[in-house]
Amino acid sequence: MTFALLIEWLIKGFVLVLVLLGGFAYLTLYERKALARIQVRIGPNRAGPWGILQPIADAIKLIFKEELIPAKADKLLFILAPVVTLVPALVITAVVPWGSEIMMFGRVITLYIADINVGVLYIMSVASIAVYGVVLAGWSSNNKYAMMGGLRSSAQMISYEMSLGLAFISAIMLAGSMRMLDIVEAQRTLWFVLLQPVGTAIFLIATLAEVNRPPFDMPEAEQELTAGYHVEYSGMKFALLFMAEYDKMIAISAIGATLFFGGFRGPFVDTYPWLGPIYMLLKLVILLFGMIWVRATFPRIRYDRLMAFGWKVMLPLSLAIVFITAAGILLAEQVNPLLIWTVPALSLLAGVFTIAMIDRELRRKEYARA
Amino acid sequence: MGQQIFLSGVLMQTAWLYISLFLIIGIIVPVVPLLLSWLLAPKKPNPVKQSTYECGIETVGDSWVQFKAQYYIFALVFLIFDVETVFLFPWALAMDKLPLFVVLEGILFILILVAGLVYVWRKGMLEWV
Repeated sequence: MTFALLIEWLIKGFVLVLVLLGGFAYLTLYERKALARIQVRIGPNRAGPWGILQPIADAIKLIFKEELIPAKADKLLFILAPVVTLVPALVITAVVPWGSEIMMFGRVITLYIADINVGVLYIMSVASIAVYGVVLAGWSSNNKYAMMGGLRSSAQMISYEMSLGLAFISAIMLAGSMRMLDIVEAQRTLWFVLLQPVGTAIFLIATLAEVNRPPFDMPEAEQELTAGYHVEYSGMKFALLFMAEYDKMIAISAIGATLFFGGFRGPFVDTYPWLGPIYMLLKLVILLFGMIWVRATFPRIRYDRLMAFGWKVMLPLSLAIVFITAAGILLAEQVNPLLIWTVPALSLLAGVFTIAMIDRELRRKEYARA
Repeated sequence: MGQQIFLSGVLMQTAWLYISLFLIIGIIVPVVPLLLSWLLAPKKPNPVKQSTYECGIETVGDSWVQFKAQYYIFALVFLIFDVETVFLFPWALAMDKLPLFVVLEGILFILILVAGLVYVWRKGMLEWV
């Protein structure tokens, strides 16, 4: 390892972190604008043209806000919790490839932080650390609302984590590798969303629950818990928790784009490698819009139904998806490569069957009464 | 061949080194704004400000209350299923290189998982009462 390489790493790391922070700032504006348009409003438009300076104004306000630490709180953990929440949200992006390689200043620059052969496992493990931050924030506040929010959040996140892991497994099986670059390369001709549409749907729903986005925002339910686990936080510490949530959204969308939507691949990306980040950004904006759209459309679901959905619908369905994918790959290998198309066919069948079962369940008398 | 494996091993180590460097950068990011606001923000605490927030009502008793046993049960079930999911990772990775019977054994493993889920379900552990 040379000194030049170390400098290159540092610059790349800082650039990625700055991109994520800038992305967070403008994601808040994007969300507010998109929500406003969906609700036939205009949204923030005072700070700068089209309100593009709004995130900067928010940041300055939050820095100069007085920070309150409740007298009864566990001070160390109270300060530590936002840090523990934010760090995994940033570090998880280390394995996401934003492009292949570009030439810059006479050096070959790779557009990813690290290319490790257990990329997906790394994502799984770092994503589960994020639960700690939320639980610590809820517990250390010594507040009943925060405690309830933290508990709910931990139960919800671990319930949907398994479906998320099984959705990862279906992508790994199709690619035959856990390296993110190999997974992108395996989607050269065909995106995995076409081969495994139900797996993609499970991934997208489970990630909504993982990042506590509506309609799964039980930990932050304003009407019953005022703000859930971050009710006692103010000023910059609140901003850090907020930042973690939005950076998780960005990271998880980037991972979803890489695993199921072809990653940085697109037309002409082989001849012009710098198109990679642009395609990635395009896919990110579309996936993030999906998340915002869901927030604007669906009401929050009740907590018992949330858990029931996670355990009784998502988990069996994702197990079935893994089973179907394995069987399909086996058939394609042993008999005929065209038989790989049994995977999407059978998966869609399983998906339709699941929806029919939910429909039947919801039509039963006991639910009709409630 | 041997040298190739050695080289890829070294590359892997530098990749992890790079991740640890990135982790340090990641830790700096939340610490700097915290310090900044500690320097710049006004600090005028008083007992009312520092009291526990409960929409204007004074908190009765301790906040670290007993919680539903259901959370504990879900955590237990999660532990089993998560470990089993992690066991599936290496199998899924080597699917195309393994002989047929090993692949079928993996599928059998998924079926055992399903049996566990059905058992838990029938026992009513998944009901949020």
